Amino acid sequence: MKVEITVNGEATTADVEPRQLLAHYLRDTVGLKATNIGCDTSSCGACTVLLDGEAVKSCTVLSVQADRQSVTTMEGLDGAAEGRPEHPVTAAFHAEHGLQCGFCTPGMVMAAVSLIEHDEDLDERKVREGLEGNLCRCTGYHNIVRAVLVAAGKDPDAAQKAEAASGAPRTAPGFSRGEAGA
Amino acid sequence: MIPLAFDYARPDTLDDAIALLAEKGEDASVLAGGHSLIPVMKVRLGAPEFLIDIGRLSELSYITLDEAAGEVAIGAGTKHRDLVSSEVLAAEVPLLPAVARTVGDPQIRARGTLGGTLAHADPAADLPAAVLALDGTVVLQGPRGRRSVPVGEFYTGVFTTVREPDELIVEIRIPRCGDQGWAYEKFTRRSNDWAIVAVAVSGDRVGLVNMGSTSLRATATEQALKDGRSIAEAAALAAEGTEPPADTHGTPAYRTHLAQVLTRRALETARGQR
Repeated sequence: MKVEITVNGEATTADVEPRQLLAHYLRDTVGLKATNIGCDTSSCGACTVLLDGEAVKSCTVLSVQADRQSVTTMEGLDGAAEGRPEHPVTAAFHAEHGLQCGFCTPGMVMAAVSLIEHDEDLDERKVREGLEGNLCRCTGYHNIVRAVLVAAGKDPDAAQKAEAASGAPRTAPGFSRGEAGA
Repeated sequence: MIPLAFDYARPDTLDDAIALLAEKGEDASVLAGGHSLIPVMKVRLGAPEFLIDIGRLSELSYITLDEAAGEVAIGAGTKHRDLVSSEVLAAEVPLLPAVARTVGDPQIRARGTLGGTLAHADPAADLPAAVLALDGTVVLQGPRGRRSVPVGEFYTGVFTTVREPDELIVEIRIPRCGDQGWAYEKFTRRSNDWAIVAVAVSGDRVGLVNMGSTSLRATATEQALKDGRSIAEAAALAAEGTEPPADTHGTPAYRTHLAQVLTRRALETARGQR
């Protein structure tokens, strides 16, 4: 079946089998390798991408389901294609060391982009709940949670002391809500 | 993991979907959010020859209050995330968004649908037991028209329901709850996991998750409450007539104990809200 999927703002098209998973379309057909396949059972979230702005696990979506929709992968975030941390979420992961081996990172970042987009008033509890679908075996999540709070313009130290963040928010440079995931 | 090959169609309207389902019948499976069906197909436990994708039919996605009937009508294609954020549900049937919030994780809630989880009929799923406790009705549509089935009569066994192969779940109707107390007690070992056992309470109705081959009502507990017995006495009967599964997470005896404890907690929470 022919599919037309906009990936990171660029039109892509291919003739695919209906059983092809979106994760394989992104990795094998389009050739973008940031989207990782970890568990392949919808548990780990390493394959998380945005589908029409919504975080989804691309190992549990068929390419044909994404036909005529738009997908954003980690490569689609500002600066990521050149390896530079310019998007506020990647910048915050960089600054707060929100990664270790890095395998889960693209999925974490895409889940975080969606989380920040959907909730204007994040606190630590909401960030932990919001990352429930993304598993990291390396870091114990501490720096990842800090990074998401920073990207959301929250002070992670204040936020981690109290559920309601207080004090002056630290905003990563260049961030404004509404840009994330665009 | 890649499913066995199948043919795929994404009809543009509900009528087209039903016509195609009538044509393909037992060869076809209905694909909505896909978060039950695609994993089953990936591990080759299911191998439909044809998938009818209704996941993008906007006419199946709505939550409306039917004042005349005293019910909330929910389109079968309504996603879990939309149940969680619905102001109508929060006001009229608050158990439902509270349970929906415990399903999977944000990515799964963004894709999974209420009709899909009811149709899939996994006895470990959260929302079927909630709809049981809420005394909901499943509306099916097929080539012979529409029919309504009380959810208590909908399930026939593990992954099986009274839905005919040429029928689609199109709507779920739930009576308004008024000021009935409610609670959902879900026991899992890991975040975002399936319940080992869970208990949904709305008023004096009790739905059980993972205590048999289908979602169940705790009928002995409900009868005891009707008879005016205490919460502790009623909760002790929660596993009466159930056949809880044995797996790596627990024995039937362990699940029986969990059902009793969780039912007591849920009833106490629900009573406390009145």
